[in-house]
Amino acid sequence: MPVFYERRQLVTPGDLLAENDYMTGENTYRENGKIYATRVGLVDYEERRVSVVALKAFYLPMVGDTIIGKVIEVGMSGWTIDIRAPYLAMLRASDALERPFRPQKDDLPSIFDVGDLVIAKIVAYDRTRDPLLTILEPSLGKITRGQMVEVTPTKIPRVIGKKGSMITMLKQETGCQITIGQNGLVLVSGKTPEDERLALMAIRKIEQEAHKSGLTDRVAEMIRREKGEKEVVENVTKETGKTD
Amino acid sequence: MTASIMAARIKQKRIAQLIAHGKRLDERGPNDHRQIQIETGLIERAEGSARVRLGKTEVLVGIKIEVGEPFLDVPNEGVLTVNAELVPLASPTFEAGPPDENSIELARIVDRGIRESKAIDLGSLCVEPGKKVFVVFVDIYVLNHDGNLIDASALASLAALLNTKMFNYDVKEGEIKIKPGYTPLPLRNHPIAVTFAKINDKLIADPWLEEEQIMDARLTMTVDKDGKICALQKGGYGYFTTQQVFEATKIAVEKAEELRKLVVKE
Amino acid sequence: MSQKKQEKLIDENGVRLDGRKVNELRPLKIEVGVLGNADGSAYIEMGKNKILAAVYGPREVHPKHLALPDRALLRCRYHMAPFSVQERKSPAPSRREMELSKVIREALEPSVFIEYYPRTSIDLFIEVLQADGGTRCAGITVASLALADAGIPMRDLVAACAAGKVEGQIVLDLTDVEDKGGEADMPLAFMPNANAITLLQMDGMLTEEEFEQTISLAVEGCKQVYQLQKEALKAKYMAAKDVVKEEATEE
Repeated sequence: MPVFYERRQLVTPGDLLAENDYMTGENTYRENGKIYATRVGLVDYEERRVSVVALKAFYLPMVGDTIIGKVIEVGMSGWTIDIRAPYLAMLRASDALERPFRPQKDDLPSIFDVGDLVIAKIVAYDRTRDPLLTILEPSLGKITRGQMVEVTPTKIPRVIGKKGSMITMLKQETGCQITIGQNGLVLVSGKTPEDERLALMAIRKIEQEAHKSGLTDRVAEMIRREKGEKEVVENVTKETGKTD
Repeated sequence: MTASIMAARIKQKRIAQLIAHGKRLDERGPNDHRQIQIETGLIERAEGSARVRLGKTEVLVGIKIEVGEPFLDVPNEGVLTVNAELVPLASPTFEAGPPDENSIELARIVDRGIRESKAIDLGSLCVEPGKKVFVVFVDIYVLNHDGNLIDASALASLAALLNTKMFNYDVKEGEIKIKPGYTPLPLRNHPIAVTFAKINDKLIADPWLEEEQIMDARLTMTVDKDGKICALQKGGYGYFTTQQVFEATKIAVEKAEELRKLVVKE
Repeated sequence: MSQKKQEKLIDENGVRLDGRKVNELRPLKIEVGVLGNADGSAYIEMGKNKILAAVYGPREVHPKHLALPDRALLRCRYHMAPFSVQERKSPAPSRREMELSKVIREALEPSVFIEYYPRTSIDLFIEVLQADGGTRCAGITVASLALADAGIPMRDLVAACAAGKVEGQIVLDLTDVEDKGGEADMPLAFMPNANAITLLQMDGMLTEEEFEQTISLAVEGCKQVYQLQKEALKAKYMAAKDVVKEEATEE
């Protein structure tokens, strides 16, 4: 059962990865008994399955995913939401209101208007229709404060970490509320803009170094160092009596 | 990938709040332009060319000089024609097709700056009065739209004109005979456009895409090498007070001098 | 009437005007991921050709009635900048540009897994900033990379190259002057894994034997271009590769 690359080597679309006895994993396809890569990424051979961890890929909706989206249109009976995917998502008025929609009485823009950000869950999606969203669960709904950062969707699992280890650390070290959208958007909401800035900086670092080991500890250290430096600066200015 | 280039509402609010306090999201000062990169002579087929990167906005300008007919009312002058294309690859919102009002306005603002400042001596481009003149085509190609296409296009057009070389020629019996060698196109003036956006009643120079989305109005001033205003264009649905216009003028003259130094090497 | 001495395109030593041998490609420079807004992009210089390609998508189709229920709609616009050619070209699309847009789309479609994204469109834009013969081939080469840069799943990259007949000899990768002064020009696009020719056009005259030679030479040229495409794509993601080396030594 021949393989043609070493683990974690960079491959490009059309690269021949394996022959015959292997099974096709993510971002690969089989043709005439040969398995090829479909995207640029790092090849992985796990037991008898060959897959490619894509370095560049867009988000494809999945039922059950929590996503962050932006309202781009208010329609007759609901909203059209941009979830940074090939398909636009829909949120029905009846879902947001938790009861049937009454066109004469209910003013949709007052609930969500163009430009609003929402956290929602995908309840339905298949090849024949655009994803359908719900905001009926307690943690879902309109976003009213915070800053957002875009992350390549394939690196979102790294921001969460094994059993949530990374995101727990981030929340502790920065004191921010962090909401993760599977579609590659992360919302950070802290007590001060400075806390938010630390969290955003940390998330960008995670994205850049997603496949290095020991990342959780190094990011924690970086945040502590930044906080420490800031405190030193503040103390110095207090002493010299200068105001910022 | 995103279906809409409009920034989310909470981000727009933040940008506006920061500006009310004299700050900007990318930490620039209210009168600062983004980082500028200028490259010239990239298109050898063109008589002149230049590419400007203003932050992430990217504009390529090519200059072609051809023989043509003069306008009936100015038979002794060459022709300047400026055209702008908002090429679809520059933004998810640009569609292929004939020029829309935005690309026409862009072309005309840049045109006015060059024409009114008399940067090109059109009289020197006449070969046979009433019959044959040289036509200077300035073609603006927007490659990436991240705000303030006007300043980027005007700067690239000037850089491209400064880079332009015309073939040498003789006129024999009304026919143009090309001789070996090239002569730089003589430019008598160096117009620079400076654009302001009005947000929360404050003026900021060089608005980037998300600042443009929340601005009340925009004001472009084109300043020549002697500090004279040679073209002006207000855009958008809002308005400026006379006070604001004067304020903008002072800043524009200063900024134009700074930007001019990037393009014109003495 | 004065006789103008025609400069020979290929001299007695088999050297062409730009110094190349008959079976040599022009120097190629490729960069992937060059534009900020597009989902994927790439830039190529092939001799004096300078071409930019960008991809938007997969995304919702506008207008909606064009959407296909079982696959993505691949749309392609090949366009030349007014300053890209010797005589300034009007920005309005010409009949030639419309034909090339079609054949380029047909050259790339077999390589994309369009069946994965029904009811969407994948919009490809090829802008020729400077032209010197073989722009549709360079356009296909760079558009294929833009698709890969957009993270769109593909069966293989598509490489393209032209071959033809100039002053009786079969040559590779014709410049504008050679195309105009020669006997035949044959652009060809190739997907190596499937051994598939996805674009094939010819104008001029070739005997059957010359035809076979020309096709073989063009395919050889495509294979060389293919290697350069892979290198350019890897170069963009090289940072990741260095990390992989680091990890290997740590373990």
